Amino acid sequence: MGIGKTPFGAFPGRDLRSLAVEAGEKCLTSGHTDPSQIDAFFLGNFAGPSFVGQNHLAPYVSTALGIQGVPATRVEAACASSGSALFHAYTGVASGVYDTVLVIGVEKMTSQPTPRVTEILAGAGDCAGEIKAGSTFASLFAMIARRHMHEFGTTREHLAAVAVKNHANGALNPDAQMRKVITIEQAMAGKPIADPLNLYDCSLISDGAAAVLIAPAGRAAEFTDKPVRVLGIAQASDFVALDQKPDITTFPAVRRASAKAYRMAGVGPADIQLAELHDCFTIAEIVAIEDLGFAPRGQGGPFTLAGHTARTGDKPINTSGGLKSKGHPVGATGVAQICDLVLQMRCEAGERQVPRHSLGLAQNLGGSGATCVVTILGTV
Amino acid sequence: MSDATGTIYTETVVHSATEAFAPDVPYQTAIVALDSGGRVTGRISGERVRIDDRVARVEIRDGVPFFRKIG
Repeated sequence: MGIGKTPFGAFPGRDLRSLAVEAGEKCLTSGHTDPSQIDAFFLGNFAGPSFVGQNHLAPYVSTALGIQGVPATRVEAACASSGSALFHAYTGVASGVYDTVLVIGVEKMTSQPTPRVTEILAGAGDCAGEIKAGSTFASLFAMIARRHMHEFGTTREHLAAVAVKNHANGALNPDAQMRKVITIEQAMAGKPIADPLNLYDCSLISDGAAAVLIAPAGRAAEFTDKPVRVLGIAQASDFVALDQKPDITTFPAVRRASAKAYRMAGVGPADIQLAELHDCFTIAEIVAIEDLGFAPRGQGGPFTLAGHTARTGDKPINTSGGLKSKGHPVGATGVAQICDLVLQMRCEAGERQVPRHSLGLAQNLGGSGATCVVTILGTV
Repeated sequence: MSDATGTIYTETVVHSATEAFAPDVPYQTAIVALDSGGRVTGRISGERVRIDDRVARVEIRDGVPFFRKIG
């Protein structure tokens, strides 16, 4: 019913609450409503306590927005925190407990030096096992990439094609953190991070917030003349530790969540016209393409290199620039994906507008696949 | 069947680490499929390994298994 976003980037003068409030106020304005109309508030945030030393974040943000008295709840599911917040907000509205719910995702990451950010993010892994052995999130996805290359012949060029495509899209997004077109040669020659992944395979460290207002479809006219409907939404879970998964080249949580969301929406992968996928690392987009059924198992790389997922392709993915170029304030990402889809579905995406935009899918991943939320949106 | 030997399921060489591991970079981590069943994430000592290489555990340091290429 309403959306609101801050730009993503490094904003030294901004604190977590001011980012969340900016997104929330924009969202309420966009939904032609005010704080007194909100029945419940959900905040998606991964690591505010570690990044900025503040706990009890939901009422800390909601009261600053002027929302008083209603339930205010923080949801933490690593990088899927705000996707999960949206899922829980949706279940509250669908069950009739609430009518109008505001969901904000926020993360303030750049106040910490990179090694400390890496350490905080590693808290989304199995700290007693893989992390203790020296794994970082980049290295966990690097191990996924290695195995995917081994089993399916995925190449360095396939990974680079994801980065090049998402940078090209992000260059057209005024709210993106890195508006820079890159070549496939540049993307293959980045500084090594965890082999075979280099700097251009990794998403950014970002500050930012995004907000969405949801309400029963029957009340849409009160808020907007361009409503977008949640046709399907599902959340699924899996092991936190990568070494517990029988097959690391697929994310069962993505398969489960998408199967449920497709069933709920009454559509299949071939029907989806555009998607925002969780490209925390280039290999993650390739695996998601396969797990969502856009391409057969092992074919996500060639599918990308052939241009299917480009803005001009038949299955545009991450027209916002994705986490790679738009930025990845981890707790904000799930809701930001929804905002970016809504912009496309309302024909408000400017230079990056795609022609077919009535059925969109967002896939938000937590950790190395322990949480996944898939949302399917349609124009009414 | 031993939990001290196994086969490399996947691996990576880490170049950018947390502060605690920064002195060790570049270092190799791997998921090892143990001959006794199950998998474990550990560190690689000595020569770099690739998928399907055979390894043996050489030590356990602070709960973390270190493996070395054999054969």
